[in-house]
Amino acid sequence: MQKMPSSITSSSLPPPSPPTRGRRRLAWGDMLFHRLTQGFAVLTLLLLSGIIVSLIWGAWPAIREFGVSFLWKAEWNPPMNRFGALIPVYGTLVTSAVALVIAVPVSFGIAFFLTELAPGWMRKPLGIAVELLAGIPSIVYGMWGLLVFVPIFSEYIQPPLAKALGPLPIIGALFSGPPLGIGILAAGIVLAIMIIPFIASVMRDVFEITPAILKESSYALGSTRQEVIWNVVLPYTRVGVVGGIMLGLGRALGETMAVTFLIGNINSFQGFSLFLPGNSIASALANEFTEASGELHTSALIELGLILFLITFVVLSLSKLLLMRLAKSGGTQT
Amino acid sequence: MKSTKFSWLAWRRRLLNYTATGLSLLAMAFGLFWLLWILWTTLSLGVSGLSFSLFTQMTPPPGSEGGLANAIVGSLIMVGLATLIGTPIGIFSGIYLAEFAQRGWLGEVIRFMNDVLLSAPSIIIGLFIYAVYVTYRGHFSGAAGVLALALIVIPVVVRTTENMLRLVPSSLREAAFALGAPRWHMIMYVTLRASLAGVMTGILLAVARIAGETAPLLFTALSNQYWSTNLDKPMASLPVVIFKFAMSPFEDWNRLAWAGVFLIVVTVLALNIAARAFFGRKTV
Repeated sequence: MQKMPSSITSSSLPPPSPPTRGRRRLAWGDMLFHRLTQGFAVLTLLLLSGIIVSLIWGAWPAIREFGVSFLWKAEWNPPMNRFGALIPVYGTLVTSAVALVIAVPVSFGIAFFLTELAPGWMRKPLGIAVELLAGIPSIVYGMWGLLVFVPIFSEYIQPPLAKALGPLPIIGALFSGPPLGIGILAAGIVLAIMIIPFIASVMRDVFEITPAILKESSYALGSTRQEVIWNVVLPYTRVGVVGGIMLGLGRALGETMAVTFLIGNINSFQGFSLFLPGNSIASALANEFTEASGELHTSALIELGLILFLITFVVLSLSKLLLMRLAKSGGTQT
Repeated sequence: MKSTKFSWLAWRRRLLNYTATGLSLLAMAFGLFWLLWILWTTLSLGVSGLSFSLFTQMTPPPGSEGGLANAIVGSLIMVGLATLIGTPIGIFSGIYLAEFAQRGWLGEVIRFMNDVLLSAPSIIIGLFIYAVYVTYRGHFSGAAGVLALALIVIPVVVRTTENMLRLVPSSLREAAFALGAPRWHMIMYVTLRASLAGVMTGILLAVARIAGETAPLLFTALSNQYWSTNLDKPMASLPVVIFKFAMSPFEDWNRLAWAGVFLIVVTVLALNIAARAFFGRKTV
């Protein structure tokens, strides 16, 4: 009786054993299942937190060699074994900034259109189109950018841009130089095209959290659409909107392929103009890592990766905290 | 009779509203413009590069004819295995978060890390696998690529599984308990089954995501010019081959790259649409 296979005890016959024994067996199964799923969940956690440990481990030779000055040295010289992170960090931050400057207003407009303006039958297909655009792999954007966008950009967009904005006092410096096509501005624009769907769909989702009763009251008082969005929806969802923007920023900072095709991959500082080529952390990794000339070069590249991970970690954590705050307040106020 | 001040205000409000509406329409048009342009380029250039030899011949050296057969097969192997490894881990972790850890610090920490890593740069995942697996083995390999892709699958599946399980009404759980079902039985046969469509959606989205991933394969699977199904050797994949061919100055390579991009875009869009159809048909 004691060592019977479970298939017999759990057959259609009522179990002959007293109920306490059955209950203990159930609890045992539950316990096992609980621990099993917990084990997998902790494995996920360990795998993912192992990333940071392994990056520090891999970057250690470079950290020991260059110390903190790695962060602001602009020299990147593999043959001489001298490395500094300034150029790729600068490129990463500037391309992302360009992308946000373009993407935020456009995404806001798209979200406004999808939540308030579009007729009912249009909302769903257009929303899906935006989400599909977010699913297209970044290498497609990169290749399209290099082979299709850049020739048009350098011929028809850069010269007028330089003519129109070049003479302005401070902004002018950003739009000067030869229209090469490839460069920080082109990378930033393609990044913007890439993150618009992300930011737009998060914004649309948070706009839809706004309780209809608030919007309807405002309309009933005679507000225009623009006033409803600006004075009712936006204040209500401000935290979530910022969270969505941060999510897009996280994407832009770590984007590899779209930027690698377009930024020019030059490791020396050329000037502040956005027309000039540069480098970003992710594209430095993509281009140099497999051909790194020695242990220190590899290690310096891993340290770049570590810096990138820390930057995106902070940005994504902030975005997550902001979106969580919105979800909480949205839950209690309705 | 209206006062002049009042009508001026109304006029200003109306103007502002029209401007905002116009700008919003413009933004929408701007967004769709790029989508259509990119799709059109991919379709027109991709279709012209399609041929039967694409699926039968290996990636060529510059200046000669060839196909993408080894890259297509390499991608299928790596994406398939990564999904097989990542999905169960993701589903079980998702079950834990939804059914056992709605509250508590461990659940919160895992949830937070998972969400951050869901959008972490994929090139970092490649670096991680390089540091822990490639340096340990001493060479690039398809297996390393599989591990990197599996690490990208996990957070996607965890997030959707948890969300979908949470949509299951608790009355279903209570009914199962009332019938005397043990908890694991209730989860596997009641809640997981009720949210099957949603979980499948998550898996499809994860596959769509890794099908086009390039960055994590660069330092793990590397690439291979020849036919290879050996997981311990460098393995070609469609995205990495596209990267190499698109950056090159050779006409033939560019044409093959467009054909490859076409294949990837069609696959990813089909997977996304299938995921939507799946979820749309049966909601909990």
